[in-house]
Amino acid sequence: MLIRKTPDLTYADVTPKSVYLDRRKFLRGLGFAGAASFAGPRLWELAAPREHAYAGTKFANVTKSPYSTTEKENSFEDVTHYNNFYEFGLDKTDPAKNARNFKTSPWSVSIEGEVAKPRKMTVEEIIQIAPLEERIYRHRCVEAWSIVVPWIGFSFSELAKLVEPTPKAKYVAFESYFNSQQMPEARFTGIEFPYVEGLRLDEAMNPLTLLCVGMYGETLANQDGAPVRMIIPWKYGFKSAKSLLKIRFVKGEPPTTWNRLAPREYGFYANVNPSVDHPRWSQAKERRLGEFFKRDTLMFNGYGEQVASLYTGMDLRKYY
Amino acid sequence: MRAILTSTWAKVCVFALCLLPVVSLVWRFFHHGLTANPLEFITHATGDWTLRFLALTLAISPLRKLLRLPDLIRFRRMLGLFAFFYACLHFTTYIWFDKFFDLAEMWKDVSKRRFITVGFTAFVLLIPLAITSTAGWIRRLGGRRWQQLHRLIYASAIAGVIHYYWLVKSAVIRPLTYGAIIAILLLWRVFDRSWKREGATTELQPKVERVQG
Repeated sequence: MLIRKTPDLTYADVTPKSVYLDRRKFLRGLGFAGAASFAGPRLWELAAPREHAYAGTKFANVTKSPYSTTEKENSFEDVTHYNNFYEFGLDKTDPAKNARNFKTSPWSVSIEGEVAKPRKMTVEEIIQIAPLEERIYRHRCVEAWSIVVPWIGFSFSELAKLVEPTPKAKYVAFESYFNSQQMPEARFTGIEFPYVEGLRLDEAMNPLTLLCVGMYGETLANQDGAPVRMIIPWKYGFKSAKSLLKIRFVKGEPPTTWNRLAPREYGFYANVNPSVDHPRWSQAKERRLGEFFKRDTLMFNGYGEQVASLYTGMDLRKYY
Repeated sequence: MRAILTSTWAKVCVFALCLLPVVSLVWRFFHHGLTANPLEFITHATGDWTLRFLALTLAISPLRKLLRLPDLIRFRRMLGLFAFFYACLHFTTYIWFDKFFDLAEMWKDVSKRRFITVGFTAFVLLIPLAITSTAGWIRRLGGRRWQQLHRLIYASAIAGVIHYYWLVKSAVIRPLTYGAIIAILLLWRVFDRSWKREGATTELQPKVERVQG
């Protein structure tokens, strides 16, 4: 984790060759076992070349962030082969396969709604908004697993400043990319796409809220929400919408995908909270990927110091 | 066909095939093929295979009649026991790696979370069937009572599907697929009975033959 921050290293050092070799070995393994008994991976995929599977362009001049945790990062391999990205399939290993040819360039994001200066920005322009920081965050899924990822980006507030929200703006709504041609698996998921999410404006303006364009020193992998996504580390992962097309400042609480699907199970706030169970499972503990024993889940995923004040006086059982 | 089905090799082959899913899991374990969350992968795989083997077991009776292959009965006990085997692996993964043998925690789960309640029920229902699967138990219980007892598999299969249905976040298509297959297999039995009552044309296999392994 430390070598990555030395500026004169090459891309090959960022993602060591061994990881690539492992990845190939891993996929081969998956394929053979699959052929033996699981209907999953198709044989032709074994033969298909996997060159340029990731949009792995290295970022230069990424600064460290005081918000980073010192906890051990998960491997690039884990973070790119264990994904919930339902547009690309139901299984955790599906997005790595199905997002391989996801076209993320050219790409632009429309920032609109209750703002003085609405605009459409290309990813290249977005990257120029503010100095890029590496933020090593804990990421807690509502399914009770967690990872630690070195994301790259800058505080969402930097983007907000640029478009100048009007006093009417009280919430921010996010809309992800959707195209049934590029995402044919989506029809099996029972979810209405495009994926939509939202934050209260003060949540969005909290410095922890990250507009994320990269991970592990390079641009985001397709299956992790390339080319630009949100990261809200004190909320369950589903709040952090991927592959953003629209950011809209709005007056009222915007609809959100999982809440629309199962309102009793997924609230608008979805703060990580060990004392409020999901109706069907406990949120008290989590499995950090790579660890055998479960660990205790922390209130606000351990970011209470920075964000607890956003919710003073609110009943977090009611606003789950 | 009959010669193939009744040969010892057929049983050996089917037995080996039934072991493939667990062999595959072991193979994956040694080749980093269990994803970043191996315990979740194992839990899902063993759960899936339990349902598949329950469906296969339930498919034997209809297939015997539809294909006119009464000898298929030779495989029913084995398939049923494999369903129980994968259910045991599934349950063990849960109690070991999810609850770390904390029985109090487990009971809290079983009583509080309906998908666990119904899954646990499905598992418990299979236990008497596994125990009484031997020829000795068929004799002790008598064919008719034994058969009545073994109808518990219907309840177990239904509970298993509900367990899966209540577990998924959004993709109900998978549990519904299992549900549809098991519904067809159970409905066939309902219709088969009413046809029998009406026509009584197709001759029944003798009772004893039906329950032989």
